[in-house]
Amino acid sequence: MVSAAAIWKALSAVVDPEIPSVSIVELGIVRSVERSGDQWLVSITPTYSGCPATRVIESDIRDALAQIGGPDIRVVTQLAPPWTTDWIAPEARRKLRETGIAPPQPRGPGPAATIDVVRMRRPDDGPAACPRCGSQHTVMVARFGSTACKAQYRCTECLEPFDYFKPY
Amino acid sequence: MDDDPQLFDYMLRLADNGIVLAQRLGEWVGKGPALEEDIALTNVGLDLLGQGRMWLAYAREIEARYAPPGRGEDALAFLRDGGEFRNLLLVEQPNGNYADTMARQFLFDQWHLMLLGALAGSKDARIAAIAAKAAKEVRYHLERSADWMIRLGDGTELSHRRAQDAVDALWVYTGEMFSVDAIERGLVAAGVAADAASLRDPWRSAVAAVFDEASLAMPGDGWMQGASGRGGKQGIHTEHLGHMLAEMQIVARSHPGARW
Repeated sequence: MVSAAAIWKALSAVVDPEIPSVSIVELGIVRSVERSGDQWLVSITPTYSGCPATRVIESDIRDALAQIGGPDIRVVTQLAPPWTTDWIAPEARRKLRETGIAPPQPRGPGPAATIDVVRMRRPDDGPAACPRCGSQHTVMVARFGSTACKAQYRCTECLEPFDYFKPY
Repeated sequence: MDDDPQLFDYMLRLADNGIVLAQRLGEWVGKGPALEEDIALTNVGLDLLGQGRMWLAYAREIEARYAPPGRGEDALAFLRDGGEFRNLLLVEQPNGNYADTMARQFLFDQWHLMLLGALAGSKDARIAAIAAKAAKEVRYHLERSADWMIRLGDGTELSHRRAQDAVDALWVYTGEMFSVDAIERGLVAAGVAADAASLRDPWRSAVAAVFDEASLAMPGDGWMQGASGRGGKQGIHTEHLGHMLAEMQIVARSHPGARW
């Protein structure tokens, strides 16, 4: 019989369709793998509510598990607690940087529903450094970038534009 | 549960706000004033559509409980007529110019974030989970739309005038956001729904703070459309919704049962 460890290993090879340098396990999308009777329950959590990759991820999970003997699985969507970029593994942050995407700053446990709308510009919310040259001097170009989870920034030293994975 | 029909209606109110506003924002695709704005509007729309689908999926399950087999998610989105939609009148208003679009967004976002904050404490675990997730995205929407109000209101003479005109024109639809009818009253008492009336004062102060920064005047509170229990939440809409739905639903209605 296939073990939980083997399932986790197979899931680690499933990459995010929009950010193929990192796996869905590293992104914190896979929440748990548990035995339930004769089945394995694979719990995944959506990143952004409208993320078009969610359906693809589910079918990629089935394909990956078919390759290790196709254990009987059920993919369950788990909404709570909501996904956060704080779950992105350190290794994945390094890989993001290497592919030119600045990793998200820590979001922390702050209450998401309170906001000081006037003084809401949160300077600590931007990228730590340009993923290309390492400079800390960057400016936001647009609040949304190539996907819903990213914002568009520009480095004021090397002048290159880059994606910033927004804290969520 | 005994209050399933009311809960179904309440879920439609939440779902339809997302679906209708997402459709409106989608109308900007390819027409945004700049590429970045085009992308931002559609990404906000995408979030709202995703949230709308989460509410709609729950609505579908509730309907299947008390009126089996119930309708599918696609049927609920594409085969309901205007009178069966439960969205706020504010979100169905046409895009107009960019100030109209951003004013509509800001007035809604500020309310939406406060509503979701309250719903995150719902006794219904599913509602609480969807609200907690959606709030993360809406917070970002609000940062953006509040930013735009300040930029337009405190910008040029023309942008200021358009922002003020937009706010003045949309104000009549804001009262409905804080109205509570019998359906909501029962669900609030059960600890399931949010008490919209309690959001009015915090919403006003938050909006006033942004308007102050934006050099915009708070409109006076006069007659509020739909606030007396006959508005979007009860299925009585402005003429704009029907035209919008015609475009949104035509493919699904022209090809019944088509799969994609």
